[in-house]
Amino acid sequence: MKRLFDWVKRGRTAVIGVPYLWLVVFFLVPFLVVLKYSVSEMGTVSVNDILTFKDGALQLTLRGNTYFSLTQDDLYWKTYWSSIKYAAITTVFCLAIGYPFSYFMARAKATIQPALLMLVMLPFWTSFLLRVYAWKGLLDENGWVWQVLTTLHLDQSLAYFDVISAPGKLMNTPFSLVIGMVYTYLPFMILPLYSNLAKMDLRLLEAASDLGATPWKAFWLITVPLSKAGIIAGSMLVFIPCVGEFVIPELLGGPQTLMIGRVLWDEFFSNNDWPMASTVAVVMILLIIVPLAVFNRYQAEAQEKAA
Amino acid sequence: MSDKRITTLFGASFARGFGRSWLGAGYLFLYLPIIALVVYSFNDSPIPNLWKGFTLKWYVKLASDGEMLGGLWLSLKIAFFTACSSLVLGTLAAFALVKYRRFSGRTLFSGMVTAPLVMPEVIIGLSLLLMLVSVQKALGFPEKGAMTIWFGHLLLGMAYATVVVQARLQGLNPQLEEAAMDLGAKPFQVFMLVTLPMIAQALMSAWLLTFTLSLDDVVLSAFLNGPGSTTMPLVIFSRARLGLNPSVNAVATLIITLVAIGTVVASVLIARAERERTKAIAQAQRDDS
Amino acid sequence: MAATSTDNPAAAATYLQIRDVVKDFSGYKAVNHVSLDIAKGEIFALLGSSGCGKTTLLRMLAGFETPTAGSIVLNGQDLAGMPPYERPINMMFQSYALFPHLTVWDNIAFGLRRDGMPKDQVAERVEAMLKLVQLGKFAKRKPHQLSGGQQQRVALARSLAKRPQLMLLDEPLGALDKKLREETQIELVNIIEEVGVTCVMVTHDQEEAMTMASRIAVMSEGRILQVGAPSDIYETPATRFVADFIGNVNMMDGTLSCDFPDHVIVECTDCSHYVGHGITGTEGMTVSVAVRPEKIALQREMPANEQAPHNRVQGTIKDLAYFGSFTVYHLALASGAMLKVSQSNVARHRDDQLTWGDTAWASWSPTAQVVLTQ
Repeated sequence: MKRLFDWVKRGRTAVIGVPYLWLVVFFLVPFLVVLKYSVSEMGTVSVNDILTFKDGALQLTLRGNTYFSLTQDDLYWKTYWSSIKYAAITTVFCLAIGYPFSYFMARAKATIQPALLMLVMLPFWTSFLLRVYAWKGLLDENGWVWQVLTTLHLDQSLAYFDVISAPGKLMNTPFSLVIGMVYTYLPFMILPLYSNLAKMDLRLLEAASDLGATPWKAFWLITVPLSKAGIIAGSMLVFIPCVGEFVIPELLGGPQTLMIGRVLWDEFFSNNDWPMASTVAVVMILLIIVPLAVFNRYQAEAQEKAA
Repeated sequence: MSDKRITTLFGASFARGFGRSWLGAGYLFLYLPIIALVVYSFNDSPIPNLWKGFTLKWYVKLASDGEMLGGLWLSLKIAFFTACSSLVLGTLAAFALVKYRRFSGRTLFSGMVTAPLVMPEVIIGLSLLLMLVSVQKALGFPEKGAMTIWFGHLLLGMAYATVVVQARLQGLNPQLEEAAMDLGAKPFQVFMLVTLPMIAQALMSAWLLTFTLSLDDVVLSAFLNGPGSTTMPLVIFSRARLGLNPSVNAVATLIITLVAIGTVVASVLIARAERERTKAIAQAQRDDS
Repeated sequence: MAATSTDNPAAAATYLQIRDVVKDFSGYKAVNHVSLDIAKGEIFALLGSSGCGKTTLLRMLAGFETPTAGSIVLNGQDLAGMPPYERPINMMFQSYALFPHLTVWDNIAFGLRRDGMPKDQVAERVEAMLKLVQLGKFAKRKPHQLSGGQQQRVALARSLAKRPQLMLLDEPLGALDKKLREETQIELVNIIEEVGVTCVMVTHDQEEAMTMASRIAVMSEGRILQVGAPSDIYETPATRFVADFIGNVNMMDGTLSCDFPDHVIVECTDCSHYVGHGITGTEGMTVSVAVRPEKIALQREMPANEQAPHNRVQGTIKDLAYFGSFTVYHLALASGAMLKVSQSNVARHRDDQLTWGDTAWASWSPTAQVVLTQ
């Protein structure tokens, strides 16, 4: 009898304990380390210890000057705000393009849906770095998209809206950045939306129609509210990583596009200012904690529903 | 799903036409860069965007591109280890979340498991690096290099693997495992003989997913790499930063071709298996009185 | 799996002994002090609506739940603390739970292989099982290649393969449609009796319980209300709940006006009952009289029964439902209460067929009623 309990306990402890321990050590603890570094002093090679022995007494050396600089320097606030702005714009575009896309996918003939899904997944499996790089080619002078936009004189309108610096210069602008981000994150919006819409019971629409609702009304009163979970999941999957994006702003962005991911990178790699980089990271985490909590809550709820 | 045509928006035929054009435009958007990459990998011109003629010289150059090939080999190794270890940790985590409804610290656990999915990689990379540096100061190891890159990829990979395996586990009929126990299988045997075969497909897709993720990763690798451990994405990234480079196009085309073949083959096989299955079920229902 | 004999001769007849079992889910008692004695070779049914605790009790027998209190003893062996894979008990699941990645043959062999049975013995036993359920030529098929009825037979063969001391059936016919259900019921019972295994089944379907089981336990809210053979439960229900739960019944409340050792008289609102046996009670107490619809005769003329003016009442036919082999009449009585009367359609046509609006007399014999005090 004890045998059973021991086995169960041992198995259970291992199954929960191993990943738990791993996550605590490699995910949770590092955040605490970042916090510590943000209040440390930068030494020659690395950061100085905050707890030291001096003259026989324990001394705690905390420096808040990084946080101070953060509040003083306008640039940091502008960059945080700019990152959130671009992330929000990307999310909106992804939703605007992705929702109808997922909708039509989910309402297509059942037999071709797996093929449609595979066609969405295929680019996802191909290197994202390479595809972002490809947009460099498309938007640069004589690139295909460049050719189309300039021949149609659409670049004039884009310059008018201050989205590109000058007609003909499509690269390294807010325009190229947003295109790159929307392109990269579109599958992240499509997949949860599609999975949600595909599972919807179509008979609900039949019932609505029977009760007198036009298809348009039925869409807004029934389909959209039911897909709320998918919308939120997709939006979080796009918004949160976009805030801290680095590669896309680096390859497709320019001097106009302030993104906090690049600031963090530069502080760390170019300035070698680890405390500053850590501070930037801490503030970034604080900024995304609310959307992160929302995402987590919806994940948990979705799991509960599935269980 | 019913095959009924439901008038979704304005009218059946308009909706179909609108839908098809939206889907078509969307797919064009998704595939445009890929097509461009492939086409320009054969461009015989020093100026990247100006088409001069067809050539295979970039592919030939690739064969002697030590930096790129070295990066590729390293990336493949790291990706392989990442995929295997992510699968193990991810499956454990998925089991913990699905089988054990209540345990202390479950919310924290579930939060930690899925957070890497959305967290900006710069934060993950920075925090992991700083921690490893502290550990290195205290214990003398680990050295920044392939192993530290592996840790970072494993963190990300585990999150994805957990999501995939968990989704499959939740869809399993719990009575199957109970039946196995009822027939005399001890818990470990239940796992090996019943659970594992049934989630095998999910395990495979989790492996492939984490493999691809690791192969493609830039930010984590940048933070966590050391001297001599430059992965292929880092090579591509440094070249891409400087401008357009046809050697990158050549590598891209090769990767795209491989991925495309693999995905299409896999999809066709799965679709065929599904068709066989449905036929068999229908046949059985007709057989019986 | 060694059978140990017990010293108590009374207990020797009891194969499965469930003693005062309680299952408490954080304050909610799913099973509330249940005790049952089940004899060897019986087919015993736990009957009740969903939430009554029958499935929890079954799972405790299987070992998937641990009793909060009480004991379960099978063939002299206390099952406390024994995990499901060590119990000499096998279960047929409601969803059949056939392993989709294994063939029919491997599904049936699964349990035998876990026991370490040598290959040739396994083959022998599996072949015997396949013959028993008549699925010999489907041995190499996978579950998804079988129909619902065939899948059920595989599930049955799989749970009988190890020759368990006790077999558990969880809503065995729930997944089948009506026609298939009737055929399968008989087949199932035949196979079980042929093998001679003791069976406990769980169902919410009265018909299933009454046709298949040799004894039934009616459960509600975690408690056993009555245990007995199907006819006992039907004809002699112990409580109002049981009378109402099984089949259809006319329940009339009234007062006990005369109490004699050989008969009693109960005054109800619309009629009075002359019950041809004595009951334990006192004059003046409130009782309910239960009469089953098929025990009531219906005719236009006032019946000339021996106990008149008792055991008859006049009413108007408010409703009638034609079921082909019988018709159910709803008779509206003076107070407005409805009396349900069921009549077999013995003749094909009748000139004076009773219909809506007709006045008719209902009457019954003094042995037709059951007097209930609970």
